[in-house]
Amino acid sequence: MNLIGTWIAAGLTIAILSFLYRDNPLYKFAEHLYVGVSAGYWVIYIWAFDVKPMLIDEFFRQAGMEKWILIIPAIFGIMMMMRWFPNIAWISRWPISFTVGIAAGLALTAQVQGYIIPQIQATLLPLISIGTKASETIVQSFNNIMIIVGVFCAILYFYFSREHKGALKVGSRIGIVFLMIGFGASFGYTVMARISLLIGRLMFLFGVFGLR
Amino acid sequence: MKREIPIVITFLTGVICVIAFFVPHAPVGGLQQRFLIWYSIVAGFTMIIGLDSLIKYNIKKISQRKKGWPYSYVLLFGLVLTLVTGFQSWFRYNTPFELQSSFMYTYIHIIVPLQATMFALLAFFISSAAYRAFRARTFEATLLLIAAAIVMLGRVPIGAMISDKIPALSDWLLNVPQLAAKRGIYIGATLGGIAMSLRIILGIERTYLT
Amino acid sequence: MKLFDRLAAIDRRIIYLSVGLVVAIPLILKFKMPIRVSQEVRSAYETVENLPSGSVVLASIDYDATSAPELTPMFRSFLRQCFRNELKVIYTGHLAIGLPLAQFDLDMITEECNAVYGEDYINLGYRPGFVAVMIGFGREIRDFFAVDYKGVPIDSFPMMKNVHNYNDIALIVDFGHGITPDYWVQYVVSRFGVKMFACATGVMAPSLYPYLQAGQITGLIGGLQGAAEYETLVGNPETGTFGMPAQSIAHILIIVFIIFGNIGYFISRRKK
Repeated sequence: MNLIGTWIAAGLTIAILSFLYRDNPLYKFAEHLYVGVSAGYWVIYIWAFDVKPMLIDEFFRQAGMEKWILIIPAIFGIMMMMRWFPNIAWISRWPISFTVGIAAGLALTAQVQGYIIPQIQATLLPLISIGTKASETIVQSFNNIMIIVGVFCAILYFYFSREHKGALKVGSRIGIVFLMIGFGASFGYTVMARISLLIGRLMFLFGVFGLR
Repeated sequence: MKREIPIVITFLTGVICVIAFFVPHAPVGGLQQRFLIWYSIVAGFTMIIGLDSLIKYNIKKISQRKKGWPYSYVLLFGLVLTLVTGFQSWFRYNTPFELQSSFMYTYIHIIVPLQATMFALLAFFISSAAYRAFRARTFEATLLLIAAAIVMLGRVPIGAMISDKIPALSDWLLNVPQLAAKRGIYIGATLGGIAMSLRIILGIERTYLT
Repeated sequence: MKLFDRLAAIDRRIIYLSVGLVVAIPLILKFKMPIRVSQEVRSAYETVENLPSGSVVLASIDYDATSAPELTPMFRSFLRQCFRNELKVIYTGHLAIGLPLAQFDLDMITEECNAVYGEDYINLGYRPGFVAVMIGFGREIRDFFAVDYKGVPIDSFPMMKNVHNYNDIALIVDFGHGITPDYWVQYVVSRFGVKMFACATGVMAPSLYPYLQAGQITGLIGGLQGAAEYETLVGNPETGTFGMPAQSIAHILIIVFIIFGNIGYFISRRKK
């Protein structure tokens, strides 16, 4: 059975790769199969990891108020599915508001405590950083200045409430230099990521055909 | 009522989560925990909302014989196959995720290769796009290209084989100017996110209700 | 001049074929290249090495088959290092479609290392909710995971007896292909003060350097090169290490194509 499965996997891999030549029925078949199987997968997952353990099993496990209060999220879940019926789709606004409110409340504090404060703190670096050697001092101080200037100027670049003239223009030009270096580095890493995916697939195919 | 009650719900849940950050003990902390559990349950239902429109669209495509209608049969077959194997595995092993179950067989031999190969195609597309689009037209574009080349060489063994300076330069690029740029971008984006969260909680932003 | 015009207009299928060949040939020939270990990967490795025996670590699987070639080698190396150092591993995640994939690796490595389920590791499965689950974990794990992935109560497992929230977890390691490392840092590390390092794809790794410099994460393993470096430190070279020659030559090829494209562009521009 595993051998059949491996050949199915290899066949589907080649079907998708055939798109490189041009769009064709084999690719379309694989693409539609993927969408269908993924959709079914989500249903099973939600049943196995959400509805059953957190609602049904929990309902029978708990007692008293803890048991009956689970009716509320169950009702919210059913209300969410009212989106399927255009006449009563407005009912789904309640659970959506519930989830959006929680997400917004959590994000507000997390973004301040988890990003803004630590990141600004980490940017407040000494302009002169004394090391054990003169070369270390120069390099570290230079790096610190680069980080401070880079962060400040990158933020300045995105300040559009005033026209970029004078000092703001100079700052934003410096910001662009840092941004371009940042995007270049991201692109380099992205190329690595994409090539890695191809390496993974070819390793699998070569394994199937006995070339590895 | 159709809009007012949802806005009140958003406000109350958002405020409770913010207060619970500062007062994590009972009763506020306990109330937040209960809300988080309910959020987890409701979020599960959110994930299957799209299923209805997917099925309806494909059935309509078949009945009206629209272009590509035979592939809708493939899609529906895939959906039914996964549901059948999923529930069969669950009845047999008490979980669909037993490694030797038919559901996991479908997962490892169909979902994984399809998903992985779809993204593996990107390796070819990024190469072609890099060749066609990356032109050193301006000073900034040249900077981007040079930075990309240094990181591409520095982050693989061949860079160190060419020269020791390449990986060192690549590390410096990532740890200093790139870091500064990303931090600047994300500070801006995060401030925007904070503003958006406040707007949602206060009911100024209501696009999620449409 | 005709040559330079051709340089600027190479057919995309030739590019595809070239990329395919330069990746395929090194994989078939199986040659190796020396791997230089970067500071951020070494820091991640040492974070695990410095944990006392018996510590509980949380491995969060937030990737799927689209990023498996990069993250699977990292996950396998991490598990080997944990079991070698007698650490207890809690396995969970926030990307439903990726958890079973990593489960195959979990089963393979636990068998290789003779790890016992319930004593050395546990698979909690998945709960939807993402950040809600991350934050809820900080109060009580059992509020979300009263049972493991097979429905067995987690209180019946020895390793979970004294594990209730992040106070009982020594380290979080996120294997994420999207923004999950950011969320772990912002919602959990800052709020609950847990130690963490991130294993990320090449696409997301650059955006995690600010967290590394700020000390919010103790290490960063990024991309297939990061996986190769981690494998080198753990002492089990496999797909990360063996993929590096193909990776290297592919990068050279892409740089060459970019140079060709620019040469062709500048020559045509000068002609005009």
